[in-house]
Amino acid sequence: MSEYLVIDNLTKIYPSARGPAVIVKDFNLRLKKGEFVTLIGHSGCGKSTVLGMVAGLSDITDGGIILAGKELVGAGPDRGVVFQSPCLLPWFTAYENVMLGVDQAFYTASPQERNQIVEYYLTVVGLSDSMHKYPSELSQGMRQRVGIARAFALCPKMLLLDEPFGMLDSLTRFELQEVLLELWRKDKKTALMVTHDVDEALFLSDRVVCMTDGPEAEVGEVLDVPFERPRDRAKVMAHPDYYRLREQLISFLNDRAHRRPGSGAPPPSSPAPHAAPATKLPDPKPTAVTQLAVSPS
Amino acid sequence: MKLLRAKLDWILLPMIGFGAAIAIWQILSVTVCKELPSPWRTWLESREYILKPFEKRGEMDQGILRFTWYSLILVAKGYALALLVGTPIGFLLGLSVVFTRIFDPIIQVLRPVSPLAWLPLGLVLFLGAGKQASELGALFTIAVCAMWPTVLNTAVGVRAIPQDYLNVARVLKLSRTKTFVKVLIPATLPYMFTGFRLSLGIAWLVIVAAEMLTGRPGVGGFLWQEYNALNYAHIILCILTIGFVGFALDRLMSVVERRFKTA
Repeated sequence: MSEYLVIDNLTKIYPSARGPAVIVKDFNLRLKKGEFVTLIGHSGCGKSTVLGMVAGLSDITDGGIILAGKELVGAGPDRGVVFQSPCLLPWFTAYENVMLGVDQAFYTASPQERNQIVEYYLTVVGLSDSMHKYPSELSQGMRQRVGIARAFALCPKMLLLDEPFGMLDSLTRFELQEVLLELWRKDKKTALMVTHDVDEALFLSDRVVCMTDGPEAEVGEVLDVPFERPRDRAKVMAHPDYYRLREQLISFLNDRAHRRPGSGAPPPSSPAPHAAPATKLPDPKPTAVTQLAVSPS
Repeated sequence: MKLLRAKLDWILLPMIGFGAAIAIWQILSVTVCKELPSPWRTWLESREYILKPFEKRGEMDQGILRFTWYSLILVAKGYALALLVGTPIGFLLGLSVVFTRIFDPIIQVLRPVSPLAWLPLGLVLFLGAGKQASELGALFTIAVCAMWPTVLNTAVGVRAIPQDYLNVARVLKLSRTKTFVKVLIPATLPYMFTGFRLSLGIAWLVIVAAEMLTGRPGVGGFLWQEYNALNYAHIILCILTIGFVGFALDRLMSVVERRFKTA
């Protein structure tokens, strides 16, 4: 099966006081099975809306989504969603939060089997010692680990990640990106992620889809990320193509994403944590470099 | 030293308050209102009821805790009825906009009606019940007056459930019952218990009025009878009993409430 997820002419229109507001217009995207694709764009450009529609949490105004040959209607445990805030139910322990989903996805399995699934995924995300703690006893990063475990434990057809690391400090973010990659490598899940972090997009994905700014957001540019897997952060950063791709993304976000003058802030990209050796810099177009907000030296 | 001081404050300062109240009472009883029994006379005349709190000498002549017990039982029944009716109404109000549109106005109209106004209606409603009319009328009054805080707080709690929690339920495709049991109820519980606590306070207020009007044995009934018998000291005894019991109930409920707050 070459096309696992097909998003076809997806459109979202909200009725508003000043007439209908077109958030997303004719959004087209195709994902192969096992592919990790990231949507990147400015805050409020509609990328989360697209993800929400794939998750079934947001109604589709027009167009359609087909997952594994079936048109999606509404939400369901065949798609594992990792929310920006972990969205754990505070009256359940980490274990119970994950079990809530596992009960739904594996209702034919025996209690022992379900228990194994929950314990396995919580262990893989590094929470074997904190399984029976309540969310209030866990740090923000640990809560998001539970959120990731909950999504993977469903054994979903695909993963949907809505800025999953947006609320974490950068060290925890790096850690959790590794956790996510490790799990993803084992399960080979098709994944669609939304982020506005350029480095995160490059480190995790096979393809990065840049969205133009809303209203009427659509696909602007698609970048293939050629780094071989399994990926290692240092190696990825040292890859000859890394900064070329990064610049390409940033310049897209800086210039071409805007169609209305004066809209949106500059992209919230963090400076590179490790300075790359200047010799590794590939032949960038000099024009692009001068426009960059962040240029590797 | 500091700890001891804090502990002393904790006991001593309230004592000052009570002392002041008793002093004012004493002054009033010897100056302005000679009919008012002084604290000491109140104690002398009430001693019998306090020292033998469970004695039964006649239908309307029993130990104070025995009367309190009768009242508590009636309150418990009426309160239970209030919660059983009020909580589901609260959930419906919180969940359905249409239901709110239909019933909110009538609730707002009925809510401020005094228990004294409901009781005669309750008695009329249960006229056919014969001997039991007064008890059923009292129960009706307690339930109808005490349920509003539960109704309104539950509704607010349901409306305040974060969308995030509901999204989790949708993504996992929880059934309606499961969503209700695992998400809606736990998320609403803290609000519900605030409502429950306020409702209990009202139920305890209403019981006195209900007993006074129906003449049932209980703290309120005793109070009214002793007023008619010109035993004013016993009125004060009843007032103090009602106050302390109400305080104890509220404390009890806030302990329970706090237990659910973290959930």
